[in-house]
Amino acid sequence: MTPALLHRLIVAVSDDVIAHADELTALDQAVGDGDHGVNMKRGFEAVRADAAATAEKPLPEALKAIGTQLVMKVGGASGPLYGTLFLALSKEIALDGSNLPTAFAKAVEAVKARGKSQPGQKTMLDVLTPVRTVLAEGGADLRSRLPIVAASAAEATIPMLATRGRASFLGERSIGHMDPGARSTALMVASVCRVLED
Amino acid sequence: MAKVGIVIVSHSPKIAEGAADMVRQMVCDSVNLAYTGGDAEGGLGTGVASIRDAIDRAWSEAGVVILVDLGGAETNSEMAVEMLDAERHGHVVVCNAPIVEGAVMAATEASGGSTLETVRRTAEELSPQ
Repeated sequence: MTPALLHRLIVAVSDDVIAHADELTALDQAVGDGDHGVNMKRGFEAVRADAAATAEKPLPEALKAIGTQLVMKVGGASGPLYGTLFLALSKEIALDGSNLPTAFAKAVEAVKARGKSQPGQKTMLDVLTPVRTVLAEGGADLRSRLPIVAASAAEATIPMLATRGRASFLGERSIGHMDPGARSTALMVASVCRVLED
Repeated sequence: MAKVGIVIVSHSPKIAEGAADMVRQMVCDSVNLAYTGGDAEGGLGTGVASIRDAIDRAWSEAGVVILVDLGGAETNSEMAVEMLDAERHGHVVVCNAPIVEGAVMAATEASGGSTLETVRRTAEELSPQ
């Protein structure tokens, strides 16, 4: 992982999240408190502002810096949840990133623990979990397959009944809407894969 | 003897302040009390940094209980607790209790000099098991 590539990854993920803030807010207005877009935008504007300095750090340190920014800046439950994902990754990842599948699996477990949640509850875990599985299986064309896996997993939250988070207050009325956290996770997976494919 | 401190974390600064007012009416200045609410821009929300500050303000050798309203307040509070210095680990707990009633009950129990665990249990008795 060169600093130049890491910089492109940070900028791509940040820009995509920021560009989709209105969409994330609209999704969150349907099933939650409507702050997911603005919260994620605030967090990733902070991450993007530090992109040059962060990209110069070794990979684990860079992930730690991103996680810390998200914890401190996002607010809402998604700050600690995404923060935990990056902070756990930073603890597990090898300097060269070669153990990504196992590090990512452990980071997903950390998000589960932070959110006291399981897949199937209409949350970001419903995207993280299938991504983790496909990543662990490996094989050809991972970078083109993973965004499709993530996008269809986000779509699959539409018919789900929310049983965690603010959307669970709506009960049956949560059915028929995509989970905003699942959508933002799928966005970030697509950004990373797009940069790595180039 | 040190008494357990109380932290109130709401998405709404007004609810946090109002719940703190009700605590003060009950226990005056006999326990440490801090509250926080709202995001950095003055909107509704909660943040790890402001919760850490509130824990500092309410800090007591007897420990601190945190009362929260909804999901993000709880998740951010748990994150703030984990980020505390090692000597404070285990001395700050997030209560599973309604924010207003829990804060008033916890503070009343704390003002009598009860332990951290007793204060927490008193607040959590308000929640259906």
